[in-house]
Amino acid sequence: MDIVLQQLVNGLTLGSVYGLIAIGYTMVYGIIGMINFAHGDVYMVSAYITAIAIALLTFFGIESFPIIIIGTLFLTVAVTGAYGWVIERIAYRPLRNSSRLSVLISAIGMSLILQNYVQLSQGANQQGVPTLLSGALRFNVGDGFVQITYMKIFIIVASLIGMGVLTYIIQKTKLGRMCRATQQDRKMASILGINTDRIISIVFVIGATMAALAGVLITLDYGAFDFYVGFIIGIKAFTAAVLGGIGSLPGAMLGGLVLGLSEALFAGLISSDYKDVFSFSLLVLILIIRPSGLLGKPEVEKV
Amino acid sequence: MSLEHILKVENLVMHFGGIKALNDVTFNIKRGSVSALIGPNGAGKTTVFNCLTGFYKATGGDITLSAQNKETSVIKVLGEPFQATDFLSPFAFFRRLKYKMFGGSHLVNRAGLSRTFQNIRLFKEMSVVENLLVAQHMRANRSMLAGVLNTKSYQKSEEEALDRVFYWLGVVDLVDSANRLAGELSYGQQRRLEIARAMCTNPEIICLDEPAAGLNPSETEALTKMIRVLRDEHNTTVLLIEHDMGMVMDISDYIVVLDHGEVIAKGGPEDIRSNPKVIAAYLGAEEGEEVTL
Repeated sequence: MDIVLQQLVNGLTLGSVYGLIAIGYTMVYGIIGMINFAHGDVYMVSAYITAIAIALLTFFGIESFPIIIIGTLFLTVAVTGAYGWVIERIAYRPLRNSSRLSVLISAIGMSLILQNYVQLSQGANQQGVPTLLSGALRFNVGDGFVQITYMKIFIIVASLIGMGVLTYIIQKTKLGRMCRATQQDRKMASILGINTDRIISIVFVIGATMAALAGVLITLDYGAFDFYVGFIIGIKAFTAAVLGGIGSLPGAMLGGLVLGLSEALFAGLISSDYKDVFSFSLLVLILIIRPSGLLGKPEVEKV
Repeated sequence: MSLEHILKVENLVMHFGGIKALNDVTFNIKRGSVSALIGPNGAGKTTVFNCLTGFYKATGGDITLSAQNKETSVIKVLGEPFQATDFLSPFAFFRRLKYKMFGGSHLVNRAGLSRTFQNIRLFKEMSVVENLLVAQHMRANRSMLAGVLNTKSYQKSEEEALDRVFYWLGVVDLVDSANRLAGELSYGQQRRLEIARAMCTNPEIICLDEPAAGLNPSETEALTKMIRVLRDEHNTTVLLIEHDMGMVMDISDYIVVLDHGEVIAKGGPEDIRSNPKVIAAYLGAEEGEEVTL
């Protein structure tokens, strides 16, 4: 019993982070119909910026946790957002009117460039950040106990806030309306005077910011990272986006949670060695039953 | 800036590969008029519209829009390739660079021209109100932060936008359907919503591509009335493509007839009705044969 509860908590943390990164995949797919393979590496870049930001802030003698965390979040989100903008500008916009395949290859190239550039500039060794927030809540359940670290609580709360703010922006504000209009019919949106290139840039920046939020949270929790962390978490988040129905924003969040929870439960109850096998099998299974994902709309061919 | 003519099309040429869709099309549209662009199927009417609205980039010629107190060259704002002379004049260079980097068909709309489509292109998964709100984004407070924080000025601008939405819903008689999804509306309602959406961008000239297609006679009559309202109450110039000759002759002040990508006649409804070239184009005629009605 205790292990199930413990894995539920772990799964919830993992799932909310997958969800945050999946948002970047799903929004970009929704608006220009491409898979941004460099997105996982944007996450990786944000892990490095987190470490740099923490080092900078402690260098200036700031000790208190709230100031460090807010400062780190602010810096990381800003710099990673700029990365998202630049990537779109140099790697994708020049290929806007060419075939989908060339953009895809450009994305893979961008991913390799980011990995190698970080490896060259930061070294290939694993890097680490100090633990900033330690301590945990413990609950006795039956014979054992469930432990929830404060960091895990922080991750869940911060991800939920991030997703909440984003949902509000997309559903309620003028910018969100323009994004949705561009997503449904880009040419028509531009005929109505919407600068669609700018909207696409903004979507990339939003995706990168969400990845940056995930990067800060995970880096602070795990403490260690290297230039290759973006790959596996990127693939997982992409799986989450497909699982939830690619193109759908609530789908990405739900897909992330489903993937994180089932992975954690499988690892805790059956075997942690095969957890990746399980999560990708789950993807295959769901795609067989619902090819458009959990919340995706099936494409209706008009006759 | 021409006061008399809101739109000047000069020697417009559009090629798709080897196909000449438009060949030297020239016409002017008077401010405040209702003008029609007619011609047999495949004459290039929709291509003219697509060039006017920046949907296509014309191969050659000039399109000058005189609206909002300035002249806009529709072809220039889409971004043109650099020319050798640009490198001599920094001003021309930077203007071209600006349009190359930030240009696009959205600038045509912002210059005061808006359009509807032959096949309806609404945002089907947004509500009727949202469809009209999206079109007004240029008018209101656009800061994302203001939107998230829901500031006073943002709320005020949203309220004004909503007032305008309901005004236009009243004009096109869709107030009852305000909160339905645009995709759920019937065909005739979708057509009217598209016109309302185009009007919400506050254009000085609106291009309607076959607005009466698929409408029944009473709906067509309502549409005719609405087009008159657009011109008389909102000082909007209307340019339309239409196959319903009864309607065209009824409301147009000026008619341009296209055939095989060329203008074969221009003038008032009476001149067009009796023009032998037009009759030949519509009914078909042997070389040199004169057809009379």
